[in-house]
Parts: sequence; C-alpha cells; structure tokens
Amino acid sequence: MLSIKNLHASVEDTPILKGINLEIPAGEVHSIMGPNGSGKSTLARVLAGEESYEVTDGSVTFNGVDLLDMDPDVRAREGLFMAFQYPVEIPGVSTKYFLRAAVNAVREHRGLDELDAYEFLKEVKEKAEVLDLDTSLLDRSVNEGFSGGEKKRAEIFQMAMLDPSMCVLDETDSGLDIDALKIVSDGVNALRNEKRSFLVITHYQRLLNYIVPDRVHVLMDGQIVESGDRDLGMKLEEQGYAGVEHPCGADA
Amino acid sequence: MPEDPNVALDTWAEQTDYKWGFVTDIESETLPPGLDEDVIRGISARKREPEWLLEWRLEAYRHWLTMDEPEWAHFPDHDWRPVDYQAISYYSAPKSDEDRPKSLDEVDPKLLETYEKLGIPLEERAALAGVAVDAVFDSVSVATTYKDKLKEAGVIFCPFSEAVHEHPELVQQYLGRVVPANDNFFAALNSAVFTDGSFVFVPKGVTCPMELSTYFRINAMSTGQFERTLIVAEEGASVSYLEGCTAPMRDENQLHAAVVELIALDDASIKYSTIQNWYPGDENGVGGIYNFVTKRGLCEGDRSHISWTQVETGSAITWKYPSCILKGDESIGEFYSVALTNMKQQADTGTKMVHLGRNTRSNIVSKGISAGNGQNTYRGLVKIRPKAVNARNYTQCDSMLMGDRCGAHTFPYIEAENDSAVVEHEASTSKIGEDQIFYLNQRGISSEDAVSMIVNGFCREVLAELPMEFAVEARKLLEVSLEDSVG
Repeated sequence: MLSIKNLHASVEDTPILKGINLEIPAGEVHSIMGPNGSGKSTLARVLAGEESYEVTDGSVTFNGVDLLDMDPDVRAREGLFMAFQYPVEIPGVSTKYFLRAAVNAVREHRGLDELDAYEFLKEVKEKAEVLDLDTSLLDRSVNEGFSGGEKKRAEIFQMAMLDPSMCVLDETDSGLDIDALKIVSDGVNALRNEKRSFLVITHYQRLLNYIVPDRVHVLMDGQIVESGDRDLGMKLEEQGYAGVEHPCGADA
Repeated sequence: MPEDPNVALDTWAEQTDYKWGFVTDIESETLPPGLDEDVIRGISARKREPEWLLEWRLEAYRHWLTMDEPEWAHFPDHDWRPVDYQAISYYSAPKSDEDRPKSLDEVDPKLLETYEKLGIPLEERAALAGVAVDAVFDSVSVATTYKDKLKEAGVIFCPFSEAVHEHPELVQQYLGRVVPANDNFFAALNSAVFTDGSFVFVPKGVTCPMELSTYFRINAMSTGQFERTLIVAEEGASVSYLEGCTAPMRDENQLHAAVVELIALDDASIKYSTIQNWYPGDENGVGGIYNFVTKRGLCEGDRSHISWTQVETGSAITWKYPSCILKGDESIGEFYSVALTNMKQQADTGTKMVHLGRNTRSNIVSKGISAGNGQNTYRGLVKIRPKAVNARNYTQCDSMLMGDRCGAHTFPYIEAENDSAVVEHEASTSKIGEDQIFYLNQRGISSEDAVSMIVNGFCREVLAELPMEFAVEARKLLEVSLEDSVG
C-alpha cells in the first residue's frame, strides 16, 4: 500500500525529516506518536504534497506508483486522504457543493460516472447515517464557524465520501473532549476494512484506546526510533517520550 | 425561469426586425470621424427625430464643449491614453448582411473558444459573433408571442429610437430626468450623440410578466458604444431588467459611454442586473474598452425600491458608479457588485447613495478581486441630506488579492447631515489563501477549480442577487477570466 524509504524533508532549508522508513500494508492501522516538533505533522504534509515542504531524499511508493511525483490533487484522486489538524475555512462555499465537486473529481479519475445531485444526496444520506452525522452541517460554508468537534467530524465524513485507500489522520484528536473523541473514533472504526489503511498521527496514546492500531511507531527528531504493537503506546503513556531511547542521545 | 431564453431570442429578433424595417435606406452610410453640430444634426436626421430631441442633443453638445475630461479616478497602473473625440465615428449604420461573416468559419477562432468556455450553445455563438441572422434563427413567431405577452400586460419594451417615435410623450417626460444632459463629461457626450438603447415603461400596478433582457441585442449591435437606457416603473409596478454581455466584443472603438436612467414611482420596484465582459485588452494592456458609464436610479416615490447588481469582468478600464437617489420616504437603494481585474485591467467603481427622504435605507455590498497586474478601486459615497430623518446605510466592501503584482484600494466617502443617521462601513482585504487551495487540492480538486470555487464563495452574496441563469453565467465568466492566474 504505502512504502516510505529513507525520506528526508526540509522546510525553508531546515531539515525536519531525517530518514523515515515505514511500510503500511493494506488494511492495517499504523500510529505515529511523538513529542511536539518531532516531525509528525511534517510527515503528513509531505505525504499530502504541500508545497512548502521540500523532499530532499528518499522515496514514497503508493500502490506501486511514485507518490512524490504527483501533484497534491492527483494524490487525492489516487486515494490518499489527509484529515487536517486544522481544517481550513472556505467562506461562501457550501460544504455540499464542495464535497460534490471533490467526489466527482475523484470519480472521474477512477473512470466512474459523475454523481448527479440526486445520487450524491443519496450517498450523503447513507454515509451520514453510518457516521451518525447531522447533515445540516453540510449546508453551511466549508468549516466556517464550525466547532472543533464539528470540523473533525466533517473531515471524517469527507473521508467516507471520497472512499480513499490510504487515510492520514493528522492529530485528529487535538482539541477534542472525550465525547467528541469517541464520536470521531467510532467514525474511523466504521471505515476500517481489509483494503483501507490508516496512518494515525497523535501526540497522545489516549486516541489509541479508541482507534486500536496494528503497529505503533515513535518519531523523534525526524526519525522512527522504535516500533512495536499497541503495548508500545501504553508504555509511552506510562514513561513519557523521555523513556524512549533517542538515537542522538539528546533530551526529547 | 423558462421564458428567459425566449426573451433573449425575441429581443434580438425584434432588433433585427427593426433594423430591416427602418435602416434600409441608410444602410451603407457611416459618418466620417469627428464631432460637430452638423454630425449631431446628421445623427438626428437619420433617426428622423423630432425637433425637441435634436435641440436637447445640441444643448448637451454645447455644454460638453465647456467641460473638461475628468481625470480623478484612481488608475495607478495604466498609461492613460486620452480619448481623441475627433477620431471617433459617431454614427455607423448597422452592418449589412453582406459585411457579416457568412459562417462560423469566418469568425475569429479565439472568440469562438471563449463562447465555448462560457457554455453558450453553438447557434447562439454564431449569433453573438454576428453571423448573418437568417442563417441562424427563424424566430419571428416567437417574437410575436413574446410581444403579445408584454402588450397584454401593458409593458412597453422597445429600442430607444422606436420609443422616440411611438411614445414621444413618455420619452420627453422622463429623458434626462435622472441624469441631466449636462451631468458630467461622458453623460453630456452620450446625450449629444447616443445612437440607440432600450426603453422600458411598466404602467401603474403592473408586475412585468418576464425578465427583460438585452443579452443579444447589445451584442448584435455594431454601434453600441453610446447607448441610452431609460426604465420607468409607475406606481406599484415592478420589473427586473438584465443587461448582459457575456461575450467579449472586439470593438475597434475604444470608448463605451452609456447612460442608464431608472425612475421608480410610489411602491415601484426596479431591479437592474449587469454582466459586463467587454474586451479587456491583452496581457500587455494594449487595446480594450474604456467603459465609462453613468447609471443612476431615482426612487421618486414613497416606498420605492431600486436595486443594482453588477458583475464586471471585462474592459481595460471600468469607471462607473450605479447610484440611487432616495427621494421618496421609506425608499430603498441597493448596490451589489463584483469587479474583477486581471492582466492590466483597472476598475474604479462603486456607488452613490443619496438619502433625501425620511426613513430611507441603502445597502452596499462590493467585492473586488484583483489578479495579475489588475488594479481594483472601490469608491462609494453615502450622503445623508438634512431632511433624511432616520436614514440607514450598511456598506460592506471586501477585496481579494491574487498574487503580489495587483492592487486593491478603497475610498469610502460618508457625508451625514442629519444626526439621526446610522451609517455602517465594513471593509476587508485578504489574499487568496495557499492553505485554502491546498485543502481543496487534498480533496482531489485541481488548483484552477479551487481558485474558482474560492472566488465564487467570496462573491456569493452578490451572485445570489442575480437571476438564476445569469448567476450561472457569472460564475463561468469569473472562472474563465481567472484562467491561468494561479501558477
């Protein structure tokens, strides 16, 4: 599914990622944990293709093709979805209108017919039921005036609508209270299947109580320093990141 | 709005009709360039105008001679080339069919490409490009139905010069009432030399049964640069008028100086919508239309209502302020505007709301979008006169910048001469966000579509004022006008 090899990336000439290696097979949920400034969000944004992040070395293969060679919109159409830590507001554009444009861009890329308004609304209704989402949210402008919880739920809903094969969740738990966290996690769990993979980026192991990962990786100073199963997350919760061996020996 | 295409078709058919019936004997005539009293007499004679109208023109001309071309507008980035008024030909008979392209093959392919992007059907593209009429449409019967419908309602909608002959008393009563012949330099010039335009009269208590549109007519005209439009709504009448030009017009003449006058009596309502897409010139600022237009509405009666909506994407320079004089008590004036400048386009546009009556209200929403090397200026006056007790104004003025070579400027003028006035002004300037584009990209939407979506969202309040089909065209137009403006 996703194969990251020796990935190096910089922002304004400052190296952030310093040789990431990561394999995520189809259907697996992997979690990246790490302290602030370790490069977690950079990894998400490099995968999604944000321009201000420069890849200086390494490769990323997605379903057998070179991911880094594609523009961000093409990556999305190929099935890579990123749930934003801070979803962006687009004033005056209704969420439904935006989402239909997105769904149809993705469908066209996959050789499917465009959904007309009726078919689209039918799909919206089905997916909203699965995720227990109040569809009145979709009549408002994209993310404008949404509460933190509403924004994150809308991200998960978009994920459901776009039917991606690789989902990157960038600190989706940040700013959520326990109830909202549970709702968002239930949404993600409802979308788990044997073909769809997830990369769940988080600072706190708390999220992993709800979205149970197959593998946990610890990211520090731009490198994965430890990988393990779910228990690694528990260990981090008890001992903190200082308890993880650091490759450079520096304090985290 | 199923009747709308018919309106367009019929208006155009009517124009054709009129031209064939009236212009035949002067078809080959074009007056040589230059302007003097003889030229004006010549125009008037060719249009077989009554003496009073000739005198009105001559008076305007004599006044125009005493006026200076204004230069106060804010065009920081344009090599102002003064208009040579003696180099313009002020009368040219509509092109005869022999002069027109015989088929689409003879039309500039670039022009056709634009029509295609705008989604204009093939037959209409041909009509817009000026391909001979009878090769495209045979629409006389449609025209009859349409005319009957309006006639039944008592609505007059005809070319201005026809109104001069058919309804001289109405024209004489209202012409120049809102924009006097000596109002300003360009209005005076228009009054002296205007060639044609539209006349609308909606009698007392009548709601016009359809949207009136000049979509085709303006496009079909070869001599469109000095139009004159007059719309009168009597007591309790209401009308929605669409002035459209969704296709760029390659006009050799640089100057477009139209005058539009609206008059609303007690409880009357006039909604005037414009989509302006005259030829903007090229990316180096060569060519393009100077669009210097005087548009003004008079809310003469109590509880009358005039609403201007404009989407301005064309012209090298746009310089216009559709305004409302709120004379009747409790009258309402509205102005909704989207102005987009790209390449080297410049726009100085806005409105004037003059509150005279008691409890008058005005609402202004202006959205300026600057891309490329475009410069966009909002200039607005809200004037509350001493007798305008409890006047209210709300102004919202937003600018969006794309790239770092363009500019946005705001000049709001507020003159309140009555202490009970409440005037609110809100302004914002934003850059189109890289983060917004990236977000939409991440959902599979291309950068070009993303920009179009963001811009349309930015303009939503204004586009919502347009009749549905116009709004669709306006969206497409914004899209086409911004093509290639993101790297």
